[in-house]
Amino acid sequence: MFESKDLLGIKDLSPEEISYILDTASNFKDVLKRDIKKVPPLRGKTVVSLFFEPSTRTKTSFALAAKRLSADFVNFSVSTSSVVKGESIRDTALTIQSLGADFVLIRHSSSGVPHFLSKIVDMSVINAGDGANEHPTQALLDLLTIQSHKKSFKGLSVSIIGDIAHSRVAKSNIYALTKLGAHVRVICPPTLMPADVNRLGVEVYHSIDDGIKDADVIMTLRLQLERQTKGYLPSLREYFKLYGINHDRVKLAKKDAIVMHPGPMNRGVEIASSVADGPQSVILEQVTNGIAVRMAVLYLLGGVRK
Amino acid sequence: MTVLIKNGRIIDPSQGIDGRKDLLIKSRKIEGIYAAGKAPKTDKIIDASGCIVIPGLVDMHTHLREPGFEYKETIYTGTMSAVKGGITTVCCMPNTSPINDSVSITQFILDKAAKEGACTVYPIGAITTGQKSEELTELEALLKAGCIAFSDDGMPVINSLIMRRALEYSKIFNVPIISHCEDMELSKGGVMNEGFVSTILGLKGIPKSAEEVMVARDISLCELTKGRLHIAHVSTKGSVNLIRDAKKRGVNVTAETCPHYFTLTDESLISYDTNLKVNPPIRTEQDVAAIKQGLKDNTIDVIATDHAPHHFDDKDREFDAAAFGISGFETAFALGLGLVDQGILDLTEFIRKFTITPSHILRIDKGSLSAGADADVAIINTETTYTVDSLNFISKGKNSPFHKWKLKGIVEKTIAMGKVYDWR
Ligand SMILES: [Zn+2]
Repeated sequence: MFESKDLLGIKDLSPEEISYILDTASNFKDVLKRDIKKVPPLRGKTVVSLFFEPSTRTKTSFALAAKRLSADFVNFSVSTSSVVKGESIRDTALTIQSLGADFVLIRHSSSGVPHFLSKIVDMSVINAGDGANEHPTQALLDLLTIQSHKKSFKGLSVSIIGDIAHSRVAKSNIYALTKLGAHVRVICPPTLMPADVNRLGVEVYHSIDDGIKDADVIMTLRLQLERQTKGYLPSLREYFKLYGINHDRVKLAKKDAIVMHPGPMNRGVEIASSVADGPQSVILEQVTNGIAVRMAVLYLLGGVRK
Repeated sequence: MTVLIKNGRIIDPSQGIDGRKDLLIKSRKIEGIYAAGKAPKTDKIIDASGCIVIPGLVDMHTHLREPGFEYKETIYTGTMSAVKGGITTVCCMPNTSPINDSVSITQFILDKAAKEGACTVYPIGAITTGQKSEELTELEALLKAGCIAFSDDGMPVINSLIMRRALEYSKIFNVPIISHCEDMELSKGGVMNEGFVSTILGLKGIPKSAEEVMVARDISLCELTKGRLHIAHVSTKGSVNLIRDAKKRGVNVTAETCPHYFTLTDESLISYDTNLKVNPPIRTEQDVAAIKQGLKDNTIDVIATDHAPHHFDDKDREFDAAAFGISGFETAFALGLGLVDQGILDLTEFIRKFTITPSHILRIDKGSLSAGADADVAIINTETTYTVDSLNFISKGKNSPFHKWKLKGIVEKTIAMGKVYDWR
């Protein structure tokens, strides 16, 4: 079923592979509900995280996932390592491999770095977010969350709101959702819309009210606050006014719509606190599902490696 | 020493010659072209059976990297690589370290070229001191030292007023100002063409407008000043259209493109191969089609390589941080021959754009097989196919997107200033 040793992105996965990962993750969700949350499949295996961008939540989620599978988890700390002295990524990756790692989790601000590494090392490379390209495990955990609230992805209407141009979360979700048959609408100011994004099979909206209407899922993205200073936006206040998710806008969606956010949230910029903490929010559930999905990915790639 | 090149098909666009004839070289000069079998006896005979015999190619846009970046290329390795590609005249851009904005650097390059160079080297001087777009360099002194044109290539002349002054002042000497057209704000942070492929890859795009607004600006300034403008490395359809319209109005503008812009599209970047990272970036199918049309209708006058060699380590890294540029000398002719195979250009027109036309633009006595010309000749088998192995390039820059490509057209021998290089 699962043939690649790496998870570089959703783009190259088949719908069947995505479903298979989700099914596996569902099983691990049950494990996580047990009193003793540890299973043995990756005993003796080593998972190393190599994060060139800070992300406490993704790293912690992966660390817990690895530990629940009985793997050793080591953080290759970039700030204190030779990377700051200008060591090449190739050398860093080969060093990690020589330390005996089986998996490397890579997070980098430059798109394509996981693909670059995968050609160099024999370890399983897992993309934990690369530039504006992909963040596959985030999309998978989003899908797992949606799956527990909605019957099917087929025909489901998902509205993604935010900085689409710079969002790897949006990209991975667009790939995953469209592959599984959902209708995806992307909503953002034209300055933050990537070129020809409609060719990914999504509908493009600049008006949030139109874009959110009758949606089953509202997925809002984190806005990098420096977008304002780079001329993409006049002000954060205007952004919240035009694109922030508030109570009135949620009402335009279907009654049973769920509200998602990959975190960390800028309350009052992309989402109102009343919505984030409201009854339709599944934001904390996403966090919990992250561990199950990352367990599934490690487990399945570990199976390929055997 | 006299050498006769016989049994080849001599093509010299400068004289309108295309036929089975013999070429006689005496020492460092062309003696003449003779009907087959009619030449006098010579010391040496080169059999060019099955080959075309053409003027050594004139490459008006190259980066030899010396001084300053000798780990990427030297004048020795660069000119040897050029000669391997059938190129016998290279014009080197001034973005070395230090920048070629002074007589001493120009002299250094020419001294090195005289000592170690495999072919003729003409330096192109910087338009502005330090390529900073602030003050004009001393054009007269640089020309006297041996520069043949001016460019801030690698950088645009950001300041429109300085560009105006450059186009005006250079009229004293009737030399071209070669413009690297790029709006640095529009291209900022960009690493590839902006479009659907950059969206897929999540890489920051460089819009076509980054080139086109500067092409439009420079054409307007050229029209205003009646100066001489040459647009370097045209990569977009919009630029082709702007130049075509300007030429129709009689503006004194010429233009060049490079093999990668008429051969590749941005879809080839899909695997993040940094050997495809080049500035301006590789564009789309429509741009490639427009560039071919521009070559055909002479909107684009010249084919040049923009040879930009880099060290392995400069390319073997994350795409965003990798260097821009393609090592182009050793594949240029074969890629250009592709245009002939596709029926875009006939063989003579292709060779013209790579020999006598750039020579005319730069007003140098190169790119011709006429009697008395420098003995610069390329002998090329245009029928044989080979597989490119960039690791075997003479150039220190192995950064070629054409590695492992099957190409037609092998340079069998090159003669540079009378010296014979046999590559087989
Ligand atoms: Zn340039």
